[in-house]
Amino acid sequence: MHATQAEGVQSLVWLLIALPLASAAVLLVGGRRTDKWGHLLGCATPLAGFGIGVAAFVQMLGYPAEERARTLHLYEWIAVGGFNVDVGLLLDPLSVSFVLLITGVGSLIHIYSIGYMSHDTDRRRFFAYLNLFIAAMLLLVLADNYLALYVGWEGVGLASYLLIGFWQFKPSAAVAAKKAFVVNRVGDFGLSVAIMVMFGAFGVVSFTGVFGAVEGASKGLVTAVGLLLLLGACGKSAQLPLQTWLLDAMEGPTPVSALIHAATMVTAGVYLIVRSGPIFDLSPDARLVVAIVGAATLLVGAIIGCAKDDIKKGLAGSTMSQIGYMILAAGLGPVGYAFAIMHLLTHGFFKAGLFLGAGSVMHAMNDEVDMRRYGGLYRVMPWTFVTFGFGYLAIIGIPPFSGFFSKDKIIETAFNKGGTSGWILGACALLGAGITAYYMTRMVLMTFFGERRWSDDAHPHESPPVMVGPMVLLALGSIFAGLLLTLGGRFQDFLAPVVGESPEHGVHAISPVVLTLITLLVVIGGGIAAYVQYGRRTVPVVAPAGSFATVAARKDLYGDAINESLIMRPGQWLTRLTVFFDSRGVDGLVNTVAATIGGTSGRVRRLQTGFVRSYALSMFFGAALVIGALLLVRL
Amino acid sequence: MFWVIAVVSVPAALGMIFARKAVYCALLLAVVMLSLATAYAVLEAPFLAFVQVIVYTGAVLMLFLFVIMLVGVSSTDSLVETIRGQRLWAGIAGLGFIVLLILGLGQATLPAARGLAGANRDGNVQGLAALVFTKYVFAFEVTSALLITAALGAMVLAHRERTSPKPTQKELSRRRFESGRHPAPLPGPGTYARHNAVDMPALLPDGSVSELSVNPVIGGRPELNRSLHTDLEGETERDAVADDVAAVRAATVRGEAEPRPGTDARSGGPSGAKEDGRK
Amino acid sequence: MNYVILSAILFTIGALGVLIRRNAIVVFMCVELMLNAANLAFVSFARMSGNLDGQVIAFFVMVVAAAEVVVGLAIIMTIFRSRRSSSVDDANLLKY
Repeated sequence: MHATQAEGVQSLVWLLIALPLASAAVLLVGGRRTDKWGHLLGCATPLAGFGIGVAAFVQMLGYPAEERARTLHLYEWIAVGGFNVDVGLLLDPLSVSFVLLITGVGSLIHIYSIGYMSHDTDRRRFFAYLNLFIAAMLLLVLADNYLALYVGWEGVGLASYLLIGFWQFKPSAAVAAKKAFVVNRVGDFGLSVAIMVMFGAFGVVSFTGVFGAVEGASKGLVTAVGLLLLLGACGKSAQLPLQTWLLDAMEGPTPVSALIHAATMVTAGVYLIVRSGPIFDLSPDARLVVAIVGAATLLVGAIIGCAKDDIKKGLAGSTMSQIGYMILAAGLGPVGYAFAIMHLLTHGFFKAGLFLGAGSVMHAMNDEVDMRRYGGLYRVMPWTFVTFGFGYLAIIGIPPFSGFFSKDKIIETAFNKGGTSGWILGACALLGAGITAYYMTRMVLMTFFGERRWSDDAHPHESPPVMVGPMVLLALGSIFAGLLLTLGGRFQDFLAPVVGESPEHGVHAISPVVLTLITLLVVIGGGIAAYVQYGRRTVPVVAPAGSFATVAARKDLYGDAINESLIMRPGQWLTRLTVFFDSRGVDGLVNTVAATIGGTSGRVRRLQTGFVRSYALSMFFGAALVIGALLLVRL
Repeated sequence: MFWVIAVVSVPAALGMIFARKAVYCALLLAVVMLSLATAYAVLEAPFLAFVQVIVYTGAVLMLFLFVIMLVGVSSTDSLVETIRGQRLWAGIAGLGFIVLLILGLGQATLPAARGLAGANRDGNVQGLAALVFTKYVFAFEVTSALLITAALGAMVLAHRERTSPKPTQKELSRRRFESGRHPAPLPGPGTYARHNAVDMPALLPDGSVSELSVNPVIGGRPELNRSLHTDLEGETERDAVADDVAAVRAATVRGEAEPRPGTDARSGGPSGAKEDGRK
Repeated sequence: MNYVILSAILFTIGALGVLIRRNAIVVFMCVELMLNAANLAFVSFARMSGNLDGQVIAFFVMVVAAAEVVVGLAIIMTIFRSRRSSSVDDANLLKY
């Protein structure tokens, strides 16, 4: 991966990170004095970033495809003996895609937040955290080495923690923030160990250095690094088995859910895997694990999404499921990388739009999140309904909306993998598409159609333009992004210098057209099932008991219970055992030894009588013993 | 000759460790050292024999005696053991030590004495000097350093640092009077007045005995000098004193009209008064 | 040979004296007795081996003993001045 020094507008990309960071600092340090204009400053920085991103993107398009990767060396960070880390930014098609997504969607959500958080006294702090997040996320995607990436990785984790717990006066929010942080830490542990292994084995942490060195490394080492990276990705992207935090993370304000827990941060895992493609390319085992994790998560997330009555949690399950698609695609190798990123981008649009729509509904319904309390809202909130509807069509993959192109490609690629695993993964993806259609249809029906099941004091109204505007823009993205990216394999070609050419498979397990039709049929089947269940009948206000499967899905498929019984309780027992062992065993031993020595010394001390004659007596005895010994030896 | 030496030295040594008084110990040590000097002479070491007599018996033991006098000749050792088991264990250790030593010596195959006739061919002193100034010259020089160090060390140790300015005569006399005790020199003993013994107390002008005039060390031990004054008029010292007091009384009866101050002025002190009494 | 045994006996007596007596001066004298006993052994060994080295060593022992006596007695004087006692048992502050 040859990269030349950036020039022109691209040499300004450091501003992308610096501006939001400075803004966050100003807002946090400035305190209440910045209340009046804080949100404007908060919105200005991502917008400026978007401008720079677009300029850099345009400049990049001017280069030939092979020379699009540009680095921007900032400064030498760590130089200790053989360990050199230069902080540099890497601007290539992959990172520029992310920059555009983050700054673009980020700007829209910032603007939306002005309206959404207008009643909150701490809106300035909220914007400071959002800017902090933007800065960290951009550092994550722009870094040209794993260590700087890790800094950004931790930065977004911190911002996520702060924003989930933004309403920290709610115990549930505080607990959810802590849970997200702790679960993320497990993943971060994997990433940090992966970086240490890289450094230990190769002595470098920069992308180019690692990818160059990994060629000659042993297979086991590469697989280990790959699996550790996957662990990091699982933590950040809420994949099995670290998925439980994402549902609770919905305690945060809805724009946070839209930006961090749908569009950007949770996709960092996908970015990590795609970015580390050269490592995974060398280890088919690690890649298979990635694909399996993705497939399992997409099903689990979808099933959870079916049972949730909380609109945001339903969307959170959906997010898990969609990221599962991306991870699955990333696990399919270079063929899938482009589709993973493409789905990531389209998902960024439509899921953010869906979340903003949900936020709009909640804003109208006094922060009610229970969909059983909604119903018939399409008349009251036409704009919200329309934008949400486009998002809905996009996510379930109806052509020509964006989700269709990206998701369909992933399903196709999964089938094309070949062999039994290809069939199983493809079937999972296909089934997931059907379930997606089911739960999204259910969500739309329960929210916007049917009779009004509102609580008495609800007076829903359309949201202000500052909120509707971003929703409209995102809806437009949901409609056209897929088409624009897919036409003529444009995006694939764009990403090709980074992730490698995705060779057009001559072998198709199922003909693409047939597969598309099957997929559409499954999707429509899922939609009809939901319609039969929720559109034709009235929806009870109180959730019915439900079957075992429903109960299990409501409880996140026992994710927390499994964690608790498998990890937490044994951990507690282990801790107690360790404490017992430490206090009784180790301390006991140490104390006994100490007491023995102390007691013995106390008694031996008495030998020091201070009487010279006693000492002389012992000396005399010693002399006698020496003579005796001499005699014995000579005898 | 050996048996003479052994019979003298071993009991002397034993007596040394069992004698209660330090002075006796020192004297018994002198006996042991002299007998050892004899032994050296017998063992063809005449130079060492003389050195033993001059250095040890002469110098070192005198030093001991000086220190004993300084520390207090009256202090006798109590022979009651204070450390429990010390004597018992010391006895056991000593017994074991000597038994082992003699066993070892018995086991050793010592050669018959070759005698020093050859080595002492040019005379013992010349032979020693030849060794000291050749083979042992370094040790000899180091010894000189040791002696200087010892002399300096003794001076430093015995030196008493003055922590306050030296008191002037004025301060000394003021202190003497302020203490409220006898400011004048203590009265001399009645040695020349009545008897030629220092333990005879002087008599005051009124005829009473002046306790101050006798050294408390001597005067405090009447049981010792009870038999020392048989040449006095009385059976005991106390009787003698009583006689003296009577004599003084008789002599002063006629001078009773004389004013007391005059007597004091004339005599100038207690000893003068005693001479008065004698007349 | 006899002199060597005599020297051993005198040495042991001296050692016992060191152990039993409490008056520092007497203890010191007992140490001198031990040194003298050692000297006797030296001198008799010199005669046995037929050279004067033992006598030279005895001579050095005497010198060292003299120096030791000077310093030791000075120490005893110093202790006596401050504690008004010449008993070795009274100087027992350095203990547990």
